[in-house]
Amino acid sequence: MMEIGLNHYLVLSTILFAIGLLGVMRRRNLLMLFFATEILLNSVNIAFAAISHFYGDLSGQMFAFFVIAIAASEVAVGLGLLVVWFKRSGSIDLETLKSMRG
Amino acid sequence: MFEAIAFYLFAFLTITMFFITVMSKHALYSMTALAAGMIFISAFFFMLGADFLGAVQIIVYTGAVMALYAFGMMFFDSTRELKEKNTPSLLVFGLGGMAALLTVIIVAAPIVSSNITAAYPIVEGVGNTQAVGMVLFTKYLIPFEVAAVMLLVAMIAGIVLAGKKMDVSLTLVEDDVIPQPEKEKEKAAS
Repeated sequence: MMEIGLNHYLVLSTILFAIGLLGVMRRRNLLMLFFATEILLNSVNIAFAAISHFYGDLSGQMFAFFVIAIAASEVAVGLGLLVVWFKRSGSIDLETLKSMRG
Repeated sequence: MFEAIAFYLFAFLTITMFFITVMSKHALYSMTALAAGMIFISAFFFMLGADFLGAVQIIVYTGAVMALYAFGMMFFDSTRELKEKNTPSLLVFGLGGMAALLTVIIVAAPIVSSNITAAYPIVEGVGNTQAVGMVLFTKYLIPFEVAAVMLLVAMIAGIVLAGKKMDVSLTLVEDDVIPQPEKEKEKAAS
């Protein structure tokens, strides 16, 4: 059986990042866009933890912690804005945000 | 051997769950799949010896973030299917893969070219939680405090944004008193 190395984790992280990017480009619903953003942040966390393990350095885990903190605050502010926008316009579709037609 | 089996199992599960999250038409299925994927990701952290990070992943993501999403979805009409106008998906998929590959190359190129040494090596003889604490409260103390202030600001922003008119209970007043979104939109337009 193959030994699981750093490259395995990096490839997995890349695949998850691609899925997240696909979601960001494909979705038109703002809540789904937030979900895709969470996938992006999580895939990066895997890469950070893997590099931290295979190089014996704790900095990767530290950055993963800060990424988690940023994701939590992003969700709090983003959902607040989303609730305000839904109360105002009755829809969380991305098309309703196009107010300036240049 | 067992590590390889666990890696491939959890990689398959995580990719499947996130694919469902991206592709599903129901917001509820999407959110549930995302929560499952978050838990599966914590398995990678445990395999990598980052025990504290795995516990934080479960507590913060599936405990706090997904609960916040679940409460947020009560505001939105999440039971009906999402109608989305989709661009050609093959082009989007190709562009997504290429962009991800480019990002990895940009980030990984300096790492590959130079032999890196550990700036903060993992301390021998202590557990992962202790080692994390020793680095976090010495070398990364100021970013830690700034992150704490940022979380406080985010909490206040969430309360201020979502908590308007929270003193009026929407379940106790009569139906015609509740402001409808269309009326508000007309009011805002005029």
